[in-house]
Parts: sequence; structure tokens; C-alpha cells
Amino acid sequence: MKEWEGGHKVQYESELDPHFALEIASIPGGDKLFSCIQCGTCSGMCPLSHNMDFTPRQVIAMIRAGFKDEVLKSHTTWLCASCYNCTVECPREIKITDIMYAVKRIAVRKKIYPKRFPTPVLAGEFFGLVENHGRNSETWLLMRLFFRTNPLKMFKQARLGWQLWRRGRLSLKVDSIERTHELKSILKTIEKEHMIALRNNSAAGKEAHV
Amino acid sequence: MKYLYYPGCSLKSTGRAYEESMLAVFGALDIPLPELHDWNCCGATAYMAISELKAFALCARNFSLAAEQAKGDPDVSLVVPCAACYLGLNKAYRYMHEHPDLKGTIDKALQSAGLGLADGVRVRHPLDVIVNDIGLDKISSKVTSSLAGMKVACYYGCQIIRPYADFDDQQNPTTMNRIMHALGAKTLDWPLKTRCCGGSLTGTIEDVGTRLSYILLREAKLRGADVIVTACPLCQFNLECYQTTIGRMYHDRVDIPVVYFTQLMGMAMGLDAKALGLQRLISPRPVIKEAVPVQGGQHVGA
Ligand code: SF4
Ligand code: SF4
Repeated sequence: MKEWEGGHKVQYESELDPHFALEIASIPGGDKLFSCIQCGTCSGMCPLSHNMDFTPRQVIAMIRAGFKDEVLKSHTTWLCASCYNCTVECPREIKITDIMYAVKRIAVRKKIYPKRFPTPVLAGEFFGLVENHGRNSETWLLMRLFFRTNPLKMFKQARLGWQLWRRGRLSLKVDSIERTHELKSILKTIEKEHMIALRNNSAAGKEAHV
Repeated sequence: MKYLYYPGCSLKSTGRAYEESMLAVFGALDIPLPELHDWNCCGATAYMAISELKAFALCARNFSLAAEQAKGDPDVSLVVPCAACYLGLNKAYRYMHEHPDLKGTIDKALQSAGLGLADGVRVRHPLDVIVNDIGLDKISSKVTSSLAGMKVACYYGCQIIRPYADFDDQQNPTTMNRIMHALGAKTLDWPLKTRCCGGSLTGTIEDVGTRLSYILLREAKLRGADVIVTACPLCQFNLECYQTTIGRMYHDRVDIPVVYFTQLMGMAMGLDAKALGLQRLISPRPVIKEAVPVQGGQHVGA
């Protein structure tokens, strides 16, 4: 690649995935995606766009064009802080934040998110805690996150941890709801319903949906 | 009208002072606020990245429990102080109303657990309840020590206001400012009140997250704020607990007290500092200047 090509890779239409846009558009209200006018308001409003490899506007364009791999591998969605700035300002009422979530869900299912990148790890650990106990336990969540991504950080944060502990702001208790059986059947039924939708090939069966 | 308090995980740990001060203030205003029994996670930000449908179903269980606990009172509201919980529960409420097929699936899931769908339970933020139900007149009448002379930066953050709040303006919210005025304090005019604090990025990708917190701290200080007032446990945590780290990273002094709006309300209402969780703050700087006692109980707003 020459310097003046700016690092862009040429892609042929045959290499793109035309179903990707439909998949993302299957989330509630997702079909508005097709009315994007590429105005860039979302990127301008986003407090994190300059940290992202692709800006929110680019992500929308790439989804529509079928750059599935690039979008799923990008750090953009995992940097999204869900501040909903883009969503409330978009002149076409596109729910960009929800689209970011849909991309994250597909990436997690396909396991193609950036490895050891802390945000997907956090999401996974949080999910596990809630699935088993019905509640999150902040201290455990953070410890597991540091352990799996950067154990050194635990020492770096030791002083803060001690300050919080002394003021009663950290709890080592694993919190849990009483009626966990209710939670288990709710979550099991949701999974079952999703399998049925998948088999019927309806919109709710799409991966973006889950 | 019945209120039930939905805490979420943060108000039971890092944000304990928010719970303590809010309950103390509601107590002093004689508004009963029992906790929702056996509440479960709201399916916040991180959970939605794995399964949105499950997150909605989790929220729906909370609604069912609320209806059960309200014993048939049709006008029941969950009072939700945490911004992420407020957004998550509100989102579930909206999506259930806007997408009948989604509601059908959630109904089935609840039935399998022997619960009934309760789609009438409202999700309210304490800012909303205090300003629109209780009223600012009642708040001013309870002020015993005016916060006159205190310059506060009201910081709303993202998820209370965007995208679902219907009780305040999305670009320029004012509920917290109005509460502060009712306490006698002066509020800062700053455009950053709904700018992102970094959310959970401060814990995951620290340099990216703390930079956003730094912008807020720096601007509040430059504008001469005595204190930053928040309405979300994560905003409070980010802005308060990373001050030393941020100071070191940016070679800048960003020490400024960061409190919950309910803590200032309690202070002005003369409640005990301990009951408001003021001892839980770790800001390097002492909390706030002395509040000024008001003669005759009635305070005239600034
Ligand atoms: S703000 Fe909306 S219309 Fe404009 S580029 Fe972003 S998604 Fe497209
Ligand atoms: S919701 Fe995400 S993509 Fe949208 S403006 Fe906020 S951080 Fe950026």
C-alpha cells in the first residue's frame, strides 16, 4: 500500500455482505437506518468519536453497504458510552445507540470482538453475575474485570479501593435476589422463544435481536 | 399515588450516600418510599450488549413485583435514582408499549415464572418527583439553613435526560437547578451539564474515560464552582473518585467536592450529616462551606 492511499483497503461489492444491513434493521425501529442522509450530526455530537476507528456516521454507512467484518471488528461500538447524544440529535430519528448495541450483540455471539479489550469482558462478566444472582455485585465485577484484562490495575487501584472500603462504599457480599427460580424460568423462556423465532426465520430470530 | 424505591446495585455499594440522603430527604418531607421487595437488576448498559430481550424481561419482573407490592393501587411509580437503571427500566416500559410482539414474548416469560405482566407501572426519577409532585414551595418551606453563597454546578449527565425523560428539557434541563435555587444556592451557567462523564469507560479504558471526566472537572473549576452536584451514582463516582488520578495525568488541580443533589437538600433542611452519608465522600477537599441558618424557617430563593 502506498502512503498516499491513506491506509484504505479497496473492497469489491462481491466481498460485502448485503444481509448485514437487514439484520441490523430487524431491531425494533431499526429500518430507519435506511433513511440516513450522512449528515454527520451523530459524529459531531459523539464525545468519543475522535477515539473511534470509525465514527458513528461511518459505521451507519458501512452497515448499509455491508462491511460486516469491519464493523464487527471495530472498536467503535465498544467505545460507545451509550450517552444517546447521537440518537436524540439525529435528524432522521435513527436510533444509533441501539444500533451500536445490536452490533455488540452480534459481535459477542460470533466472538469477534477485540480480545482482552475491557468493555466486552465487562459486559460478559456483568451478564454472568446477573444471570445467576439477579443482581450485580460491583466489587466482584471490577475484580473479575481487572483479573481478566489487566491484573496490574488491581494494585494501581488499591489506594482508591482502600479509601472506598474505609467509607463503607465497597461490599464484598455477593448480592442475590430471593426468588432466583423466577429469574431462571423467565430467562429460559426468552431463550426458548428466540429459538422458535430462529426456526421460523422471523425478524425476532435474527442475531441482532436476541 | 404510591411510590416504590428501586435502588439498583450502585445505591447499595459505591453510591450508598445517594440512597441514605434520598431516603432521609423523603422521610423529612413525609413521603413514604418503601423499597421494592426482591428487586432484580435493571439490565443496564452492559447487559444490553449481550441480550436486549433478556434485559427487557428482567425489567418486566420488577414491574410485576411493583404491581404486586402496590396491592392493586393502579397509580404506582418506581422511583429510580440511578441514571442507568432509570434509562433501562424506561426503555423496557417504552418498548413494551410500542412493540406488541415484544410484549407478547415478555408476557410468556413472566407467566412461566407465575408472574403477571404489569405495563402500567411508571418509571420516575426523584428529580421529577421532587419538582413536579412534591413541589418547590414545599422544599423552600423546609429549608432551615440556606445555601446562600454557595455556587453549584448542576451536572445531569446523559441517561436521566436522554433519550426518554419527559419531565425536563433534553438540551437544557433545569429541574436540579430549580431545586438548588429553592435551597438558596446559586447555580452556574455552564453548557456541559449533559455532557458525558465517561460512564463505565473510566473503569474499562481508563485514559479515554477519565479524559471526559477531566473536561467536566476543569470547566466547573474554571467557572468558579464550589461544588458539583450530581444525580447519578456513576457520574458521582467518576467525578469524585478519579480526581487524584486525573490530577496526576493532566498535571492540573481538579479537587472539587462532588455530591448528590439529595445531600445538599438534606443539608439545607438541617438533617444530620451522617444521615446524609457526607462522611462517605473521599474528595481531597472538605465538603462545603457552612450553611447559613434561616430566620423563621422561610427562605427566599436566590
Ligand atoms: S445523524 Fe442520523 S442522518 Fe445524520 S449521519 Fe448520523 S445517522 Fe445519518
Ligand atoms: S451513544 Fe455512543 S455513538 Fe452515540 S454519541 Fe454517545 S458515545 Fe457516541
